[in-house]
Amino acid sequence: MPLTVLVFLPAFAGLLGLLLPANRAHYARWVALAGSLVALALSIVMFFDFETGGGFQFVERAAWIDVGVFDIQYFLAVDGLSLPLVVLTTFLTTAAVLVSFSIEHRPRAYFACLMVLSTAVLGVFTAMDFLLFFLFWELELFPMYLLISVWGSGRREYSAMKFVLYTVTGSAFMLVAILALAFSAGTFDMQVLGESSISSAVLPLRWVFLFLFIGFAVKLPIVPLHTWLPDAHSDAPTAVSVMLAGVLLKMGGYAIIRTCVTILPDQANDYGIWLAAIGSISVLYGAFVTFRQTDVKRLIAYSSVSHMGLVLLGIGALGTTAMVGAAYQMLAHGLITGMLFVVIGLMYERTHTREIGKLGGLARQMPLIATGLVFAGFASVGLPALAGFVAEVTVFLGAFQKHEWAVIMAIFGVVLSAGYILWTLQRVVFGPVRHEWDEVDDQKHWWEHASVVGLAALVILLGVYPSLIMDMLDPAIGVVSARVAG
Amino acid sequence: MSELDIVGPQLAILLAAGAVLVWDALLPSRRQYLPYVALAGILGAAIWTSTWVIRGDFQTAFDGTFAIDQYAVFFQYVFAGITAIVVIASIDWVNRVGRRQSEYYALVLTASAGLMFLAGARDLITIFLALELSSIPQYILAGWGKDQRSSEAGMKYLLLGAIASALLLYGMALLYGFAGSTLLTDISAAIADSGAGNRSLLIVASVLLIAGFGFKMAVVPFQMWVPDVYQGAPTPVAAFLSVGSKAAAFAVVMRLFFEGLGEQFLSNDWAMIFAVIAAVSMTLGNVFAIVQRDIKRMLGYSSIAQAGNFMIGLAAISIAGEHFVQGASGVLLFVAAYAFTNLGAFIAVIGISQKIGSDDIADYAGMWKRAPLLALALAFCLISLAGIPPTAGFWAKLYVFNAGIHADLAWLVIIGVLNSVVSAYYYLAVVRQMFMGEAEDEQKLAISPTVALALGVATVGVIVFGIIPTPLVDAAREAAAIFAAS
Repeated sequence: MPLTVLVFLPAFAGLLGLLLPANRAHYARWVALAGSLVALALSIVMFFDFETGGGFQFVERAAWIDVGVFDIQYFLAVDGLSLPLVVLTTFLTTAAVLVSFSIEHRPRAYFACLMVLSTAVLGVFTAMDFLLFFLFWELELFPMYLLISVWGSGRREYSAMKFVLYTVTGSAFMLVAILALAFSAGTFDMQVLGESSISSAVLPLRWVFLFLFIGFAVKLPIVPLHTWLPDAHSDAPTAVSVMLAGVLLKMGGYAIIRTCVTILPDQANDYGIWLAAIGSISVLYGAFVTFRQTDVKRLIAYSSVSHMGLVLLGIGALGTTAMVGAAYQMLAHGLITGMLFVVIGLMYERTHTREIGKLGGLARQMPLIATGLVFAGFASVGLPALAGFVAEVTVFLGAFQKHEWAVIMAIFGVVLSAGYILWTLQRVVFGPVRHEWDEVDDQKHWWEHASVVGLAALVILLGVYPSLIMDMLDPAIGVVSARVAG
Repeated sequence: MSELDIVGPQLAILLAAGAVLVWDALLPSRRQYLPYVALAGILGAAIWTSTWVIRGDFQTAFDGTFAIDQYAVFFQYVFAGITAIVVIASIDWVNRVGRRQSEYYALVLTASAGLMFLAGARDLITIFLALELSSIPQYILAGWGKDQRSSEAGMKYLLLGAIASALLLYGMALLYGFAGSTLLTDISAAIADSGAGNRSLLIVASVLLIAGFGFKMAVVPFQMWVPDVYQGAPTPVAAFLSVGSKAAAFAVVMRLFFEGLGEQFLSNDWAMIFAVIAAVSMTLGNVFAIVQRDIKRMLGYSSIAQAGNFMIGLAAISIAGEHFVQGASGVLLFVAAYAFTNLGAFIAVIGISQKIGSDDIADYAGMWKRAPLLALALAFCLISLAGIPPTAGFWAKLYVFNAGIHADLAWLVIIGVLNSVVSAYYYLAVVRQMFMGEAEDEQKLAISPTVALALGVATVGVIVFGIIPTPLVDAAREAAAIFAAS
């Protein structure tokens, strides 16, 4: 029961907010905040109740649709890989609600979309029936489309549609692969699929692997399927950027480990080198392109492409350490990039520009926000004692033996990241003071800073006490890498 | 008596058609009851069909030319549902037109009786007669409106329909010349006896039959009449054409090809023809639908694409046994789901165009504020047409695609899924327009209760079968099981 409640609670809160009368519309934010806080609390309780190394837990299983060849279950469960991502999702949902607390334009519909989005992502991380997984994967599209196209800025309709078309094209391949797999194995049950060895399907298995990978790689995103991401980020409202960078991209990495690698270990072995190569190309390409960005949000978006490349590099190495690093990188990137987008959102609300050339010397006029930006920037570079460092080191250590060159290239990409982040900080936060920003308030509302402080605390916690999460990831990933090793 | 008992449902409807005419002649002052007389006839047909289900003693009549079996029963229910919804949705429009009300209902009922005869026909002559019985009233109905476009639509439909009938007759004549009998069972036996020697003759006959029925199904390259007729014909009639004659054509094609031409050496050939037609129809239908500005034309092109989707199920029979039934039952499921969905969409269009006097998609902006329930219902129908959960259309598509995968038609399924992506684009564009567009005129629309009732029935069907698809899937499987037995 707790997982069902956890997954559907955000959507319930969001839809409850819709029922408010028009003259009470702004209370929708409180309903959403209450819902996301309860979900966060519940997920933390589950996190500490979780028996490390105990496989899938909090299992909920019921027959749903059973006709002939179709046997679709309502099957939710979490293991050491998905539970940290669930907590990340509930945490960032709360942060996203706080960030959008001042929203004026149709708040009821806005929070409904945001909370349904949260439910969809939680569903993806907990669904263990492949079709249910697919349904949650698709459910995430609508709220995201509306959030960008209605509450976005700039070329929002173009960006929203681009996001949808990229994702849905990926899901088209994914669906074909799911049906082919389910037909050969006779089940949609991901736990069973992940334990059985499938030797043949109606399609060649390497196609099945490739089709699944395409579906997830669009979301991750990898170069060259990444072009929707900068557009979506630059036109999305702040909270949506937080959710997009923080948890939506993680669906891709999670799904590659959970399905591609676990269900088709032989194919993963064959193509691991390709995954690592694509990963390190993404790291490098993303870093180079980041240098050329003048819009702060696009800059962070491209740096995300670079950082998510590390996830793929870690997965491509297929060893326990490397994949634990990949999973850790997903969590670290979720928190750090989430924080970057929150801070940039606060800055944008005050200055109404995201052009680096128009900003400068903000350390004087908005010291608190500038501090947040510097902190998040350093975390993003991979400063020791912060979460990003642990993740990067683990990926490199784990992957070096297997894919030397890919790791060396990727390390070069990390060096570049120090370059673009520090250069950006220098231009935005330091440098000569610009007097047009003399009048802006640094602090306006408590809720603006609550999410920054919370995120920073977690980034430090994961940086100094990594075993909190590592111990949980390790056994879950160990099962996967043992399968790959044969 | 027992033979009349077997065609009882059809007789009930024909009796109601006569009763409508007589009622109008005898009680011209009580014209408002005409639709209820028609509905009573349809209800009688549905009840009579139900008695056959309860009796469970399925049999053939008229020397084997007509059968009542699970398959016929399934379609009789579908046609009764379609006709009832069309009659209810027409009431308002017919009252407004004012003239020849009884003739309108009588023609709809006659066409409906023809459709029901098609469901059970097992003989070439019966098939042809039933087809004409349903077609001729539809030609008249298409030209029912008073304006020039409606006359043009009626004339176009009649002329092209006549050519299609001629092609069909030619194909039937070839089959008759070959087998010496018009009974499908005899034809099947003759083909089995003669072996593959007459393959080319049989392929020519199949092509002619497909061409003839392809016109009714509205698949490429027999689709050119569709957009013009849908746009020109009165909307209730367009709704009837778009689901009724399409469903009937698929019903009879499946019986004709599976029962009559199901021999293995032949079925591989026509399955390939169907596969190619499916791919072309889906692609062209969707591409043309994207650029339409008139919603009725858009629905016209989308119905061409949908017919292509059904056809994946027809193509997916090249392997025997359990999976043979899957393709057929997929088509049945799709036909039923599509019938409710497309009717719902057309009825919503009726409701809106009656009030705003326009079919331009641009005029749907802000419909959410002007007629919330109507907009919501139309949105659900469009989402179902796009094949997105939680609607009946999703399960139908999933089931048909699954059948395609099992029949080794992965290429066709990929084309199908990619086409779903394209179709989502234009269906969702309408949804977006209704919910997010700004209306020029904020005035509320009062929707007539009969339209609301018809729309409500269709939409509830779409959603209920979207969440609990099992009963419908089971019914479709049982209906399709007759082909496995034969």
